[in-house]
Amino acid sequence: MGENMGQTQGNGGALYIKNLRTHFFTRNGVAPAVDDVTISIPRKGIVGVVGESGCGKSVTALSVLRLVSSPGKIVSGSIVLDGEDLVSKSPREMRQIRGNKVSMIFQEPMTSLNPVYTVGKQVVEAMILHQGAGKKEARDRAIEMFKAVGIPEAEKRFGSYPHQLSGGLRQRVMIAMAMVCRPKLMIADEPTTALDVTIEAQILHQMKELERTTDTSIMLITHNMGVVAEICDYVYVMYAGRIMEQANVFDLFDHTMHPYTTGLLNSIPRSGRGGGRLYNIKGMVPSLLNLPEGCRFRPRCEHAAPECGKFEPELYEADRGHWVRCYRYRDCGGGDME
Amino acid sequence: MSDMSAQVTNSSHLIEAERVVKNFRVMDGLRGGHLIQAVSDVSFHIDQGETLAMVGESGCGKSTMGRLILRLLVPDSGVVRFEGRDLAGMNDSELLQTRRRMQIIFQDPYASLNPRMSVYQIIAEPLVTHRVFKSKKETEARVRQLMAMAGIRPEHINRYPHQFSGGQRQRIGIARAIALNPKLLVCDEPVSALDVSIQAQILNLLYDLQKEMGLTYLFISHDLSVVRYVSDRVCVMFLGKVCEVGETEEIFANPLHPYTTFLLEAAPKPDPHMRKEKKALLTGEMPSPVNPPDGCRFHTRCPYTMDICRHEAPAMKRTGTRQVACHKEG
Repeated sequence: MGENMGQTQGNGGALYIKNLRTHFFTRNGVAPAVDDVTISIPRKGIVGVVGESGCGKSVTALSVLRLVSSPGKIVSGSIVLDGEDLVSKSPREMRQIRGNKVSMIFQEPMTSLNPVYTVGKQVVEAMILHQGAGKKEARDRAIEMFKAVGIPEAEKRFGSYPHQLSGGLRQRVMIAMAMVCRPKLMIADEPTTALDVTIEAQILHQMKELERTTDTSIMLITHNMGVVAEICDYVYVMYAGRIMEQANVFDLFDHTMHPYTTGLLNSIPRSGRGGGRLYNIKGMVPSLLNLPEGCRFRPRCEHAAPECGKFEPELYEADRGHWVRCYRYRDCGGGDME
Repeated sequence: MSDMSAQVTNSSHLIEAERVVKNFRVMDGLRGGHLIQAVSDVSFHIDQGETLAMVGESGCGKSTMGRLILRLLVPDSGVVRFEGRDLAGMNDSELLQTRRRMQIIFQDPYASLNPRMSVYQIIAEPLVTHRVFKSKKETEARVRQLMAMAGIRPEHINRYPHQFSGGQRQRIGIARAIALNPKLLVCDEPVSALDVSIQAQILNLLYDLQKEMGLTYLFISHDLSVVRYVSDRVCVMFLGKVCEVGETEEIFANPLHPYTTFLLEAAPKPDPHMRKEKKALLTGEMPSPVNPPDGCRFHTRCPYTMDICRHEAPAMKRTGTRQVACHKEG
């Protein structure tokens, strides 16, 4: 199984995660947080990975950076960034890659900046370390980057400490830090979740601008379908460690196939209460230590049939570039979003 | 004594806030510290049985306002009335009686439940504090009834908070809040920490409880799609001031205050066809509530700023059910 090669752009892209399995070996058993996940990210372009807490989206991101810590472990699969397989790299080699070829921004911009150094120093560090830039050159490039991500009074802010900046500015500093070495790939894990809506809109706009004007690809991890609709080109929907559906953003919203994706979209309140109660997906996400037989979404699925409980469906290309892991997608998806 | 204030009030208003001001002093090493103007001259009302949503970004004063309404904070000036009576003028026993009728559910279902108390103890606590029942048996029967209403499985009665997911914890918080049959529930970002599918379950629960118990909600939120779904009326706040109040559908269809327009525009829409290349984005930073701008507090970020906006704070103007504080409207 698993010949999902070339399902999007295949190789030649910025990142190709193939059949990745990252499992957590806990006292109570093995939790397959990421279970045979294949994701391809083209050069330039914003790819979204969506899902709810515990679906494995963040562990996928951490696997790319090789930052999964014990008891978690990459069990099998490959992660090819710019022609090199990251899974086989030594910790020392990974340090050369992180922040240089691939960088990451996190949800909480306060805890991911060092409070005792100025933000300027923290941005410059990566350039001096990885690219042997001189102090002056590094400083100039950092200030240029500050301007590019929309930090007002960039020269002045260079000498500020993180606590002197607002949440929105701190997140911009994080993006500047992530972009300053011109990485092949930037992974953004819920970059706007902690921010106010007007600031969120500014940051999303800024990310789109960066993607447009540089060669960097962006892997955007989020639970927010609004954010996906706003800036992503291609989307992977994850549930309980598996990819359930993947498609171009327009196909995903217009011709939703998987009942889980449909459920997620229908759960979003869209208008006034005229229609009474909101749609909701019944039940809860299953424990990774005790996954249901067959399709992992079956216990919560309104369309579940007997065959869904026997064998897990494979990811199947139902339409060009539109993949779905469901036996019954013809009967239950179908873009009835109106 | 507090009957005096009852004469001037409208009987359909459960809550009335009139020119409420609340400042906080923050000691920061400077002489006397700084004054944060959290809520400045805010007036609004909540009708019996309705849901008023209070929206705005961090630091706009919406959570402070929620706490003022519950008298967890006392205003520096201005009045908050519950059923026509000034909360600040109540003596201890009156206050205790009133507190039974107003409850709060919090944003963070992890921090708002005592980890050392079981589900039973958490939900029974208000019943015990207010000595509602004489026997333990009656208390337990009521706790079980509340659990059923909030959708908590009966066999979980002796479990502890850490054994539950975020959505289930929020249900426990809701069961505790409705234990005393309150009239008013202040919901402070009740679904912001939850996944969308769970968020929908909790919103439905709140909706069902409102119908069943005739509850009145003050729904504090920054999520406009949630606000549009749950509320009858919306009150938009910016930096301690009310910008605009009105019926939800009218505000969403036709926002009058420029800040409301920006908020609605900024919210990401779950439809890629609604993407805009050029979104109207707010520029600049949120001004500080320590040193708010003169005149209209929004003037430093507003695209329509006129001379008068820099000097004079706009008064609330009323047209029909809508109130707007903007010099442009009028």
